[in-house]
Parts: sequence; structure tokens; C-alpha cells
Amino acid sequence: MRTMINNGDGETAVSAKRFSLNFFLRWEWLLVALIIVVVIVNSQLSPYFLNTRNMMRATSDFMEMGLMMLPMAYIIITGNIDLSVASIMAMCASLLGYLHIQGVNIWVAAIAAILLGVLGGTLNGFLIARVKLPALVVTLGTYAFFRGIAYGLLGDQAATGYPSSFTFLGQGTLGAIRFPFSAVLFIFFAIIFGLVLHKTIFGRYLYAIGNSEEAARYAGVAVGRTKMSIFMLSGFMSALAGIVIAARFGSTRPDVGTGLELSVITATVLGGINILGGSGTMIGAILALILIGLMRFGMGLVNVQGQVQSIAIGLLLIFSILLPNLAQQLSRRSIQIRRSTVLSTATMLVLLGFFIWFFFWSRAAILSQ
Amino acid sequence: MKKNLLSIFLLLALLLALVACGGNTNNESTSAPETNAPETTATEPEMEDATAGGGGNYVLVPKNLGNPYFDTANVGAQEAATELGVKVTYQGSSVADATEQIQLLNSLIAQNVDGLAISANDADALVPTGKEAIDAGIPIVTWDSAIAPGGRTVHINQAESQGIGAVQIQMASDLAGGEGQIAILSATSTAPNQNEWIGYMEEELKKPEYAGLELVATVYGDDEDEKSYNEAMGLMQTYPDLKVIISPTTVGIAASARAVQDAGKVGQVFVTGLGTPNQMREYVKSGSAPAFALWNPGDLGYLAIYTLNAIASGEIQGNPGDTFEAGKLGSYTIADDGTILLGPPTVFNADNIDDFDF
Repeated sequence: MRTMINNGDGETAVSAKRFSLNFFLRWEWLLVALIIVVVIVNSQLSPYFLNTRNMMRATSDFMEMGLMMLPMAYIIITGNIDLSVASIMAMCASLLGYLHIQGVNIWVAAIAAILLGVLGGTLNGFLIARVKLPALVVTLGTYAFFRGIAYGLLGDQAATGYPSSFTFLGQGTLGAIRFPFSAVLFIFFAIIFGLVLHKTIFGRYLYAIGNSEEAARYAGVAVGRTKMSIFMLSGFMSALAGIVIAARFGSTRPDVGTGLELSVITATVLGGINILGGSGTMIGAILALILIGLMRFGMGLVNVQGQVQSIAIGLLLIFSILLPNLAQQLSRRSIQIRRSTVLSTATMLVLLGFFIWFFFWSRAAILSQ
Repeated sequence: MKKNLLSIFLLLALLLALVACGGNTNNESTSAPETNAPETTATEPEMEDATAGGGGNYVLVPKNLGNPYFDTANVGAQEAATELGVKVTYQGSSVADATEQIQLLNSLIAQNVDGLAISANDADALVPTGKEAIDAGIPIVTWDSAIAPGGRTVHINQAESQGIGAVQIQMASDLAGGEGQIAILSATSTAPNQNEWIGYMEEELKKPEYAGLELVATVYGDDEDEKSYNEAMGLMQTYPDLKVIISPTTVGIAASARAVQDAGKVGQVFVTGLGTPNQMREYVKSGSAPAFALWNPGDLGYLAIYTLNAIASGEIQGNPGDTFEAGKLGSYTIADDGTILLGPPTVFNADNIDDFDF
């Protein structure tokens, strides 16, 4: 059982009691608790929060992010990063739009978009796994490169007029509760990605690479091939996100989803996936996505301004890295570390104060209107 | 054991703090007399419902927050709200991005507001969301930047191209004293708006009252400050008798005015065109650009709320041909293409520039 809050002392003998405690100290439980808190607070603040139709409509706003988050979890677990996901998404959506304008059948165009996404991911993977360049630099480059191609394809025009059979992918709903079709797509892929990560050898390779690439290589893990495949996977899922967002908007512009990669990375890290690689779970990442979605939706309902919403998410993210760190420090006993514990605690308290102050402040701004 | 307990306490503290601040916000937002009782919030939904469902609860949505242009529109919208006795909330996303704006609109639709006045970040991407709002009985008035037909009830045009062309030639003629050489400093040679306006300016110059004006050159500053500045300097050197530079772009007009000052030709060469008051204030006062034009965003916000209220209250349906009164701006009619024209651009000069802040 992997625990997010690691005991750094390397204690191997774990008593049954200790085990259960650790189980409940897992980051995922904190996320569940936070989700419950957010739901309770929001349902108190707004009568429109616990409304299935509203909730379903808001859900579809986060599905592209979710689709890209799944491979991002893999990539971050191996200790890499992919900053180009939103650019690949825009590039593929733009190709789709471009081909549609040229009169190509929309489904053929969608397949071409998927292929382009995989190609883009392959380029990332090749430069990172074969040429052995750092992922941060490579994807920073392709971040601009792919976005540039999107602009090259569409310029300042928008592609519109997709058939309704296609827009169903992004706008369609199922059943009386109007469950978004894109959410079905997300759940389907989330299950596959989760099972592969936690139940297959491939998944264990990802953790092994994240913990120590050198060690993994000596243990016989095909590090290069594994890295290559996760970046290709990322390209594929980004292309899929591009198709879904084009369908949801019923149109494509090359600037679609600018900055979305940071939201994707935020959700992944908030989900307890160590940014340095080696640990984290898929369920955590999914819970974090739900948490962010609920927070943003809830804050939108009480008319908290956009910038302030970002402050809340940002603070939550800082908490999410401070807290496990602090717990780890508390479990050690050296005086020196105690000092940094005090520092961490102080930081947390200051942030907490800031958080509370900000809640008052953001509400006050609305009330004064 | 002890350490783990500590961690648990930390988590609990965090959660309690969150709950507490949620509870406190409740109390504050309702100004309920009960103190320290987060449990007594059961009545709150009804209270918020009362303000929301009472009618006349509109939202003015700019492209993004923190932009003085949109803030000015909000001032006008609030003025209309006071006159009409309705509530207008000013809500926008942090960046001018369609994805964020759609999220915002979804949460506004969820709140069941009575109407939305939107400056759209993407004319096409917002159509499905706009349609959904209209289906939910929420009228959509777009201003400044339209949602494509199908995703809006009506759109308010800030100005028509012909009016923009005409007002600039009018100002140039006044500044030149009716005769002399004029030149145009535009954005890029392919900018669609500017090219359309220049086309109308050339039409306008054919009128007999402008026979004394001679358009000697049209140059392009590419909407870059330095290039525009150099082009303006070049114009003054090439045409020593030049009287007026017209720049139908906010970058070009400021750069030209600065060039006239730096060349020491204030009073000899005048700059006019399209600009914003904050950017042009010093040049209006120094005399290098005594007059320029732009639509007034305050009026735009004002008209948007009047239009929205006319539709939401059932006074009009929002169909072409419908006529309604918009307070100080007078009477408006919806044109055949489902748009409303705000009116001729406002001319800013030394007399009125200090009344504007955008």
C-alpha cells in the first residue's frame, strides 16, 4: 500500500494499528474530506448548487482538462512533465477545423486530428527519451511550436458549422439527468488509465522510473520505450480533448484552451502525485479534478470573481505540497529538522489566515455591490 | 503514534478552519443576527432566492476584469440600473478567454439570473452556451463583441463603419480649417476594420464640403509604437505642408501625437483619429491632438442594460422592428439583422476629456 504521507525513517515493521492509521492519513482521504466540506459549504451558500442539471452542465466544462490529466499523471509519476498538452489540443482541434472547412468528412478529419496528436506526442517522446533532453525544456519548446501550427492552420478565422452528430461529443447528454457524454468518455478512460497504472507491470515501471531512472534501467525496465509511449499517449489524449472541446464549442479557434496545461498540472499535483516523480495515485488525481471543479462551480455561483477563484485554487495547491511535507518532518526527531517544522507550521498558519481573510474579502466585495 | 496523531490534528484543524470560514461567510452574507451558529443557515437559500428570483437581476459580463474600458461600461450599466431600479452585477473571468467565460456563463445560467449582457471572447464558441441560456428563458444581449446569431437575443453595435469614417474626416476638416494636405497612418495593411474605415473616409472625401482636403498618403505603422512613430516622422518630412494626420488605431494615434510634439510641430500639424481618453489626455492638452473620436463605452453599458431590461420585462420580444426607450439615450429600434446601433461616435476634446476615465 503506497502512502502519500511517507515515513522518511524507512520503518519497515508496520503494526496493524499503524497500518490502518496510515491508511486514513492518505492524501486521498483528505481530498474526500475537502470535497465534502466544499459540497456542504457551497450548498449552504447557494440554493443552485445541489441541482443535478446545473452540476451536469458544469461538469462538461472540466472534461477536456480531465482527459489530459490522465496521461499527465503517468508523465509526472515518471518524474517528467508535459507543458505542451493544451497546445497539442489546440493544434489538433485546428486541424479538425481546417479539414472541415476544406470539405473533408468530419470523422475523417477527427481521425486525422488524432493521428496528428500522436505524432506530436511522438516528437516530444523522441526528444525526451531518445535524444535525452529534459522534458521541461522540450515541451516548453513544443508548447510554442504546436500552438504556432494551430495559428498557421486557421489564422485569425474560426472553423464553424460542425454537424450535430459531431457536436454531440461535447454537447450531448444522456438520460433524464442530462449526464454529459464527454463525462462518459472521461470515466471510460479514467478506469483504463487507473487499472493500467495500479494493476499492470507497465504501471509499476512508471513508479520505478520515477523513483530512480538509473535503478529502473539496471533492473531491466525499458526506460526509453516506456517514456516514449507515455508521451505518445499524452498526444493521443490531448487530441481527443481537442475533438471534445471543438464539439463542445461547435467551433474552433487556434487560441482555444490557452493556459489549460497549467490547470491540468495543478489538478495532477493537487491529487497527491509527487511532482518529483515516484508516487501518487490515479484516484487522487481524479478526486482533485472533482474538487477543483466543485470549488470553481461553487465560487461561480456566489459570484466570486475569476481572479479570486484562482487565488483559492493556488492556495489549496500550496497547502497540498506543504501538508505532506510537514507530516513527514513531524515524524522525524532531529532538532535541526524541528526548526524547519516550526517554519513550515508558521507558513501554514499564515496561509490559513490568508485563506480565511480572503474568503471574507471576496464575499465583502460582492455584498458591497 | 504520537507523530501520526499530530498529523491528524493538523488535518482536523485545517478542515475545521474551512468549515468555520464557510459558516462565517454565511453569517456575514445574510447579516443574520444569530452569532457563531453555522447551523442556522437553513433560511439562507430562501433569502438568496428572493433577491435572485425577484426579477431585474442582470449580469454585465465583460471580456475580462481589470480593463478600464469595461469598467467604464460598468459605470454606465450601474447608472442604468439605478434609473430602472434593477440590480446589475459586474462579473467576468480573470483572462479574456472563451473557456473561462463559458464556465462563468454556466454558473450564471445555473443561478437563474434574469438576463445577461455579454462582451464575447469568441463569437462562435459561445453560441451553444448562449443558446442554452435562451432556452432556459434568460435573454442574451451582446455588446462590444458579439456572439454569432443563434447564441444571442440582440447585439448592440457600438458604431457603424460609415459613421466612424465620417467623423474622422469631419474632425480632420475642422482641424485643417477646411483645406490642406492630410495623411492616414493605419495599423497593418491587411487589418480588416481599418481598411473598411479608410474606404469610407475616401468616400467621404469626395463630398463637395471636403473638396479642399487632399489625401497625400496612407502609411502603415503595423500597430507598433516605434514603427508608427517613425512613419509619422517620415510623413512630416516628406510633406512639409501636411496639416493633419488621421490615425484610426489607438497605437498609431498616440505615436503620431508624440511624433508631432517631438518634431516641435504642435499647432502646425494636428493628429486625430480613434483613441482612448486616458492614452490621449496629455496630447489633447498639449494641442498636438486636439480632438479624437471613439464610441463611449459608458453609453454602451447603459444601453445594454436598458435593452436587456426591455426584453426581460416583456416590453419587447427582441425581434427586428421592436422599438424601446433607453433613458437619456432616447429611442432605439432593432434593425433587420437583430442589432441595435448605439449612435455616432463621441468626439473627445479639451472640453470633455476630463469627464472620462478609460
